[in-house]
Amino acid sequence: MESDPEALKEILEPYVPLGQSGLLPALHAAQKHAGWLSQPVATQVANALKVPLADVHGVIEFYSMFYNEPLGKKVIRVCTDVACALKGADEILKYHCEQHKIQPGQTTPDLATTVEASPCLGMCELAPVAMLDEEVETNINLDAGTSEKGGPRSIVGGSIRLLTANCGKEEPTFITSYGSYRAFKKVLLMKPTDVVDEIKASGLVGRGGAAFPTGIKWDGAAKADADKKYVVCNADESEPGTFKDRILLRDDPHSIIEGMLIAAFAVGASKGYIYLRGEYPYVLPVLERSLSEAREKGFLGENIQNSSLTFDIEIRVGAGAYICGEETALFESIEGKRGFPRVKPPFPTTHGLFGKPTVVNNVETLANVPLIINMGTEEFRKIGTEKSPGSKLFCLSGDVEKPGLYEVPFGVTIGELLDMAGGVAGGKALQTMLFGGAAGAFARPDQLDVKMTFEDLRTAGLPLGSGVLMVFDESRDLRKSLAHLGKFFAHESCGKCYPCQMGTQRQMEILNRIAAGDILPGDLERLEDVGWTMTDSSLCGLGQTASTAVLSAIKEFPELFVENGK
Amino acid sequence: MTTTDEITLDIDGKSVTVPAGTTLLEAAKQIGEDTPTICFHEATTANAICRICVVEVEGQRVLQPACIVEAVADMQVQTRSEKVIRSRKSILEMLASSVDLSEAPEIQTLMDDYDASAERFPDAQRRNIEIKDDNPMYIRDYDKCVLCWRCVQVCADDAQFTYAINFSGRGYETEIGTFFDQTIPASSCVFCGQCVAVCPTGALKPKREMFIQQGISPEDITVMSSGRKKRKKRT
Repeated sequence: MESDPEALKEILEPYVPLGQSGLLPALHAAQKHAGWLSQPVATQVANALKVPLADVHGVIEFYSMFYNEPLGKKVIRVCTDVACALKGADEILKYHCEQHKIQPGQTTPDLATTVEASPCLGMCELAPVAMLDEEVETNINLDAGTSEKGGPRSIVGGSIRLLTANCGKEEPTFITSYGSYRAFKKVLLMKPTDVVDEIKASGLVGRGGAAFPTGIKWDGAAKADADKKYVVCNADESEPGTFKDRILLRDDPHSIIEGMLIAAFAVGASKGYIYLRGEYPYVLPVLERSLSEAREKGFLGENIQNSSLTFDIEIRVGAGAYICGEETALFESIEGKRGFPRVKPPFPTTHGLFGKPTVVNNVETLANVPLIINMGTEEFRKIGTEKSPGSKLFCLSGDVEKPGLYEVPFGVTIGELLDMAGGVAGGKALQTMLFGGAAGAFARPDQLDVKMTFEDLRTAGLPLGSGVLMVFDESRDLRKSLAHLGKFFAHESCGKCYPCQMGTQRQMEILNRIAAGDILPGDLERLEDVGWTMTDSSLCGLGQTASTAVLSAIKEFPELFVENGK
Repeated sequence: MTTTDEITLDIDGKSVTVPAGTTLLEAAKQIGEDTPTICFHEATTANAICRICVVEVEGQRVLQPACIVEAVADMQVQTRSEKVIRSRKSILEMLASSVDLSEAPEIQTLMDDYDASAERFPDAQRRNIEIKDDNPMYIRDYDKCVLCWRCVQVCADDAQFTYAINFSGRGYETEIGTFFDQTIPASSCVFCGQCVAVCPTGALKPKREMFIQQGISPEDITVMSSGRKKRKKRT
């Protein structure tokens, strides 16, 4: 494909008024038009948006899904992260490369096909998976020559169906089938401070991994004095093993929009953003349609439902960067910059997006909001435990009989959840579970009785993270899985602070040696020093947790890290 | 100064009183504690990226960068705890295994101070970046670049507002770069020289200095450079 400057000028027109903050959408549009971001195309984007050339290049270089080299007409992205790797992802990648006689990351000379290894595509319950352009291929079986296309399907189970009441059905909810924003209408009759108090009283804490109390966050933004405030939905779900937000967004988008509306009313925000990860292109039309519906029915726009609230939501699509799930890196990305996390404090509640007070919440957190308002705090708190009220979504993958999304009240044990999913696949014995995600920790088989609440998990030394439970049966070589984790973090480190920039690289190198059986004397100590340095000294949550799983594996399975290990 | 503008905190067991807004880096100097820094420069915005200045603050889950964290009343700070030493030493060892520190005497001194070994990470992939020699004023030897960001900062909003350079790549692959790797003369560079002035490791070097290191005499350099210049004669 070649760029037509006149056509591109027209394509870029809508982004011109946005200036630098329009850079990511402009680059997406330009790349769609021209096939890739060549120097003339990037120059035209830079001039149109009035962003320095070097800065535009810096942004293109930062995001994996922006290409400044010719790209194949067809792009095959094979997920090679932990869950897919257990199901033969490396062989699938090799197969595609052999088919096209290229190496991973290369494009055929005729520019027909590009084959890439991709970080977690968020379809771990359907592993192994790949994306052919924007089309999804799941449950790939190379030997049988079969796979599923057109998905991804939603597999939803569990012992309670509150957050997932509308999930796993044939099609996404429409505004009427969803319930016409009953909770939001209720909120409009309340004082904003009472809404904040209600969320505080509910005991809701963030579901993205950090577990920060949502009400306190909202309170901070509500009290901040500013001419403009924002509500941001963090839909950059990228934690390996996590796919809950994908299902919520695709099956029940209105619960997220309603959650954002309630947050906007509570804190006095006039603009919202949904930052959707670039690897979920099939979620985009669902969200666009739902936002149009909400606008048509008078739930977005000026004087919503004849109230004084004016609020609208814009979708921003990421471009392949796990770090943009970090809230301040996400802001930088919306502002049209490289996704570098900012130093905190100041915190987003006072200095967030465009330097304004901002509430940024995870998808699942926002889905809880209408539920709490509809049920009332008292009823909501009857679910779960006293210190961990409500229900939680868990993403089960790996060697489990029935992988999928499971909703359970807090307080269910790890073993009970595993039983709901049919136990270890093929009746094999359990070796371990990766709990909480790539930034999580390994659980021992004797921890099956641990109750899944924030308080019990803390005592057990297991992070709830984003609700990942990845099962490894007795036959698995954990060293290989650790090498995949190491590769993930080295690929996704933004490179800003030294401990993570170099530590993820050194960690990967050592883990690769260990997986290959080429352990050098002192490697265990090196791994520990690198790991603790990243944990103690990194600038953001990515670096601070990039070795959590490795350090937990060292603690639970020390034999893996010495030369005569299995 | 009124008492409300002063803050008393504890650093390494010693009571220190400083004006409000003082960073821990400055506060520690009052007790003679010289906290190491790499990326920090008084002329540029502190980004707390090298993390070599981290200190342990009681009640904080992770170590805190002294270059930007401000003193708070009754803060309990340890500048040389076990955790602090491990981080500083490991960061130095990782640096030495990544880039050429031969012209970074300050970092070499830190390596000695913290008993850091340049050979700690055998088989480590080094950055190995070739020298870029594309303009008459300075060379870019990014194999020596520690990614302190100072050059990018002075080229942009910290001083010159020229925006000739930014980053390429990500993570360990990050490099300082121009738009599509164009040469410096082709870029928006105005040869103000500020990037060269703030570079701490010899990654950006005036050509004159490079020639002298190569054993070429100052006289010969003058002859070489005058030969290149095309000055219009004034009439």
